[in-house]
Amino acid sequence: MVTKKMNMIEAINLCLHQEMEKNKDVVLLGEDVGVDGGVFRATQGLYMAFGEDRVADTPLCETGIVGAAIGMALYGLRPVAEIQFEGFTFPAFDQILSHAARIRTRSRGRFSCPLVIRSPYGGGVRALEHHSDAPETFYAHIPGLRVVIPSGPADAKGLLAASISDPDPTIFFEPKKIYRSFKEDVEEERYITPLSEAKVVKEGEDITIVSYGSMVRTCLEACELLEQTSIELIDLRTIMPFDENKVIQSVQKTGRCIVVHEAPRTLGLGAEIVARINEKALLDLKAPVRRVTGYDVTTPLPKLEEFFYPTPDRIVHAIKETMNF
Amino acid sequence: MVQETTFEGKVEYFQIIDKDGNVDIALDPDLPKDLLLRMFMGMKFARAFDDKGLKLQRTGRMLTFAPLLGQEASQIGSVAALEKEDWLFPTYRENGSYLYRGVSPSLLYRYWMGSEWGMCIPKETNSYTMIIPIAEQLPHAVGFAWAAKLKKNPIGVLAYCGDGATSEGDFHAALNFGGVFKAPVVFFCQNNGYAISVPRKRQTASKTIAQKALAYGFPGVQVDGNDILAVYSEVKKALDKGKRGEGPTLIEALTYRMGPHTTADDPTRYRTEEEVKYWKDRDPIKRFRIYLENKTYLSRQLEEKMDKEIEELINKAVEEAESKKENPEDIFKYMYSTMPPHLMEQMKEMKQFLK
Repeated sequence: MVTKKMNMIEAINLCLHQEMEKNKDVVLLGEDVGVDGGVFRATQGLYMAFGEDRVADTPLCETGIVGAAIGMALYGLRPVAEIQFEGFTFPAFDQILSHAARIRTRSRGRFSCPLVIRSPYGGGVRALEHHSDAPETFYAHIPGLRVVIPSGPADAKGLLAASISDPDPTIFFEPKKIYRSFKEDVEEERYITPLSEAKVVKEGEDITIVSYGSMVRTCLEACELLEQTSIELIDLRTIMPFDENKVIQSVQKTGRCIVVHEAPRTLGLGAEIVARINEKALLDLKAPVRRVTGYDVTTPLPKLEEFFYPTPDRIVHAIKETMNF
Repeated sequence: MVQETTFEGKVEYFQIIDKDGNVDIALDPDLPKDLLLRMFMGMKFARAFDDKGLKLQRTGRMLTFAPLLGQEASQIGSVAALEKEDWLFPTYRENGSYLYRGVSPSLLYRYWMGSEWGMCIPKETNSYTMIIPIAEQLPHAVGFAWAAKLKKNPIGVLAYCGDGATSEGDFHAALNFGGVFKAPVVFFCQNNGYAISVPRKRQTASKTIAQKALAYGFPGVQVDGNDILAVYSEVKKALDKGKRGEGPTLIEALTYRMGPHTTADDPTRYRTEEEVKYWKDRDPIKRFRIYLENKTYLSRQLEEKMDKEIEELINKAVEEAESKKENPEDIFKYMYSTMPPHLMEQMKEMKQFLK
């Protein structure tokens, strides 16, 4: 196995190269994905390698990008559409909700929509309005969709390859805060990381943290501040349909749990995690399950954003409160 | 400094058979007899399917139903121009187009009776599901046509919409993408006068709908949507043009919805009897019948034979659609290519309550 130190952008870029090489039906489309290589350079070099037919700069219209990508998927291609920022996925929301996610069941399997929508996601990069949101709950609430949010380069590469190979539509949110913030060993050869399978990042006995995306890093920082507590950290990786088994098994072992995500709290994924624990592991609990999340407010602009996102301090506080309940 | 950018643009209007059956000989495509009779049969089949659908709804045997009465020439003329390998992207009103394409009437009734199985469209008909949200199938049609072009597969795509759809963002997105990528797609807009109660003049201040194509960099034409030959000829031309790599066309078919928007609508609230009568005089089947009779292709006996055949097909279709059983597990089975654990669990929960 040959590995190389890569950041997440490099891993995603390599994955796209490999998927396009492997399967001629894989095409990319979006704003600035071609000549420019994407505003974060995720598609760098692909236009030169595969030509404008397979790496298409499109008009500036998210509905058109996703709507046309659905048509391409219906034809049998494997489109990978890029929406430049998560805050701009909403013009395409209707196409995703009403068509991509529904076509398989409403045609009783006659049509399917093997489509991947990639989008930089989440905050922490001091960006403009609509460039720092965490809207995953909207998508996770749509039956028929899969929502994937990697927490690092190696997973990003394997999960994106899996999403592109999957016959169902996938929203692939890339936490932009960790695009370039760290490198790790990534296998150079193509590989698949299974979808809807959580990863135990760190094993422990006292308390379970359930998280995903860039918050996994934040949770790890918190863990370092609490060396005396044995913490099990679970990275969901796919948030819908998510790996309930791993969560329940862990909570049955530790008896305590907190959920950490940057999306607003009310009706966020944390609420669903708490509900599932309530249904399947209530009597194992030694303390109520807490949520450390973004607040139920509009994502603040950079001057105040640090007060919005979960921080290691907030996570440490929640862990202590839970341990001392 | 003031500079002017001039651009050329025109919108032609085509009619071959007028309301009384008179033919513009120079434009008559002189189609083969069997094709013409198939088209006539298609119109009559569409109308009979429609009529039966309404009756079933009125007697509580069908859910809300969207009738096509009056739009037979637009639907059959356009769909008849497709080759077998071409593709159809309809709205919810194109029952006639579906039937002509070979989709069975029982399947369509099954959909309108409330079953997803009705949209399990047979592969060999090259037809997409009907799409209820307005204009939203148009970007799919463009993407599909664009994909075919990338794969060097010379097919044409016929995408339907109505006059109301032209106000939607998806209409703009689709035409814009179609133009930029020169997708082999024909946007076929049936301007039937109303979006439920809202008249065409409330949808756009443009003089015509067809002219909107010019801003997207491709031609737009108007046809008499109650003249099946004009519709057929223009759609055929546009499909061929697309297959040659010359991009999309927008065709505005001027027609009229003789019935309600759906069975839930009462059109007397927003239009006059005189207006309905004006269009009744322009009935698409009536004038095509005259055309065929003048060519001696159609006799009274032949039409009676057609009527009988259609009646039998429709009755059989209703019987078949009503006899189909649903399986509650199906609501879970087709959500994903493989059923995720949470759906298995929910399906198990549901099955506890099956009687």
